[in-house]
Amino acid sequence: MTTILNVSGVTKTYEGGFQALKGIDLEIEEGEILALLGPNGAGKTTLISIICGISTTSSGTITVGGFDHVKDYRAARDMIGLVPQEINLEPFETVMNTVRFSRGLFGRPRDDARIEEILKLLSLHDKKDSRIMTLSGGMKRRVLIAKALCHDPNILFLDEPTAGVDVELRKDMWDIVAKLKQTGVTVILTTHYIEEAEAMADRIGVISKGEILLIEDKDALIKRLGRKELIIECEPPVDAIPDGLAQYALTISDGGELVYSYDTHGDSTGITGLLADLRKAGLQMTDLSTRQSSLEDIFVDLVKEDAA
Amino acid sequence: MNWHAIAAIYRFEMARTFRTLMQSIVSPVLSTSLYFIVFGAAIGSRIDQVEGVSYGAFIVPGLIMLTVLTQSTTNAAFGIYFPKFIGTVYELLSAPISFFEIVLGYVGAAATKALMIGLIILLTAHFFVDLTIQHPVWMMTFLVLTCISFALFGFIIGIWAQNFEQLQLVPLLVITPLVFLGGSFYSISMLPPMWQTITLFNPVVYLISGFRWAFFGIADVSLGWSILAIAVFMTTCLATIGWIFRTGYRLRS
Repeated sequence: MTTILNVSGVTKTYEGGFQALKGIDLEIEEGEILALLGPNGAGKTTLISIICGISTTSSGTITVGGFDHVKDYRAARDMIGLVPQEINLEPFETVMNTVRFSRGLFGRPRDDARIEEILKLLSLHDKKDSRIMTLSGGMKRRVLIAKALCHDPNILFLDEPTAGVDVELRKDMWDIVAKLKQTGVTVILTTHYIEEAEAMADRIGVISKGEILLIEDKDALIKRLGRKELIIECEPPVDAIPDGLAQYALTISDGGELVYSYDTHGDSTGITGLLADLRKAGLQMTDLSTRQSSLEDIFVDLVKEDAA
Repeated sequence: MNWHAIAAIYRFEMARTFRTLMQSIVSPVLSTSLYFIVFGAAIGSRIDQVEGVSYGAFIVPGLIMLTVLTQSTTNAAFGIYFPKFIGTVYELLSAPISFFEIVLGYVGAAATKALMIGLIILLTAHFFVDLTIQHPVWMMTFLVLTCISFALFGFIIGIWAQNFEQLQLVPLLVITPLVFLGGSFYSISMLPPMWQTITLFNPVVYLISGFRWAFFGIADVSLGWSILAIAVFMTTCLATIGWIFRTGYRLRS
């Protein structure tokens, strides 16, 4: 795997003194899908804007495909397609014209056949001669993607691609990203939705208050940080935690089950001891099951820790 | 050079002109015809001649300048302001395109449109007055240079403006008075001596004078001064735009 994007020590301080990014280091491999998760105001959009050339850095360097994004801005930007968060489109233009315009801006000769291919990929082909103002919100978002893809970029940035879109379109968007991955495009997306990161990404970065808290392989992250719950059904159902079990992190579910929460990467899960003590306390177990915590729980924990 | 990008911007802007044909071309022609009727017919019948040229013909260069200056400024200003306003400017900033290429696209389109309107007005004027152009090459040179310089000026305004009011402010409050007081409808030799001196501080005087000289061979100031004035104005605009793109003023945060 080769590194296609390298962000090194990038900071951004706005004129008013607000520090939006506090030393970001990031390495993106060619062909991967990275999801950047973070709450509002974490610096996700600022980071993308800087990489794409819309904002400037206060310090630090960025290379895209080995090209410095300031010195060799033409070569660097040529590799990038950006789908912004806001739906910014010329309302009076037709879909075809506005995509043609984008292709031209990126120095590509006119090629309507290629544009039509992209429109088909995005299920936009039947709207190609429609004016932007007549399209629905979801369709407009597709137009933004078409504009970003029309020069065949190596890296695609999707800034909150599914913010405010309906469930069906969100699923469509995931399919589109999967198709792009097959063609070898590197995708970096930001999102609020954990399920989106879980569904699409190979790696996940968590960003909060201008810092990357962690960046890791998705499955490993869930495994490493995952908390698990052991659910113990008893007969008869319990209504209070027996005295002998006070040292365990136990709660009682609505159904009268005991729920034991433990850390899978801790030194000891404490399960063996718990089970022995349960028997001593005279409880009769009828079933056992475990539940893995979702990325959302992990994310909330991380951001809370960071705030603390 | 990213020629495809320049062409893309140019075509996109020109398409806007043709989409809004009535407002873009018909309205300046109509307003110019009204000027001819009011100034040429009503007032001209009492003035007769200015320096050997019939009054109706005398105001033609001034009228063309009035429209060309306003059009090139407002077109270029709107051209770059609109993407800022609707947010599509992100695309210009993230594309592999230099500031010079962006300017070439927007200013080229605005200047082309102003030039077209200028020539249409010239054609319209033929229906009202007898015109012979003594120095046609100079006439075109002045016209083209004026279109380009004021389109550059408009581009700066479009970047500077943060709302539609500011966008209208400069053309309305600066350009229109300067053109009206710059000898569009009179020769400055017709003014009292003190006003003649004051008028010389109005840069538009030099443009109209040079342009009128190309038509009739008569001028308020010498041709050299006219050329110098337009060169200085253009250089100042170019330098300002260069600074805007280096610093990212009101473009890159």
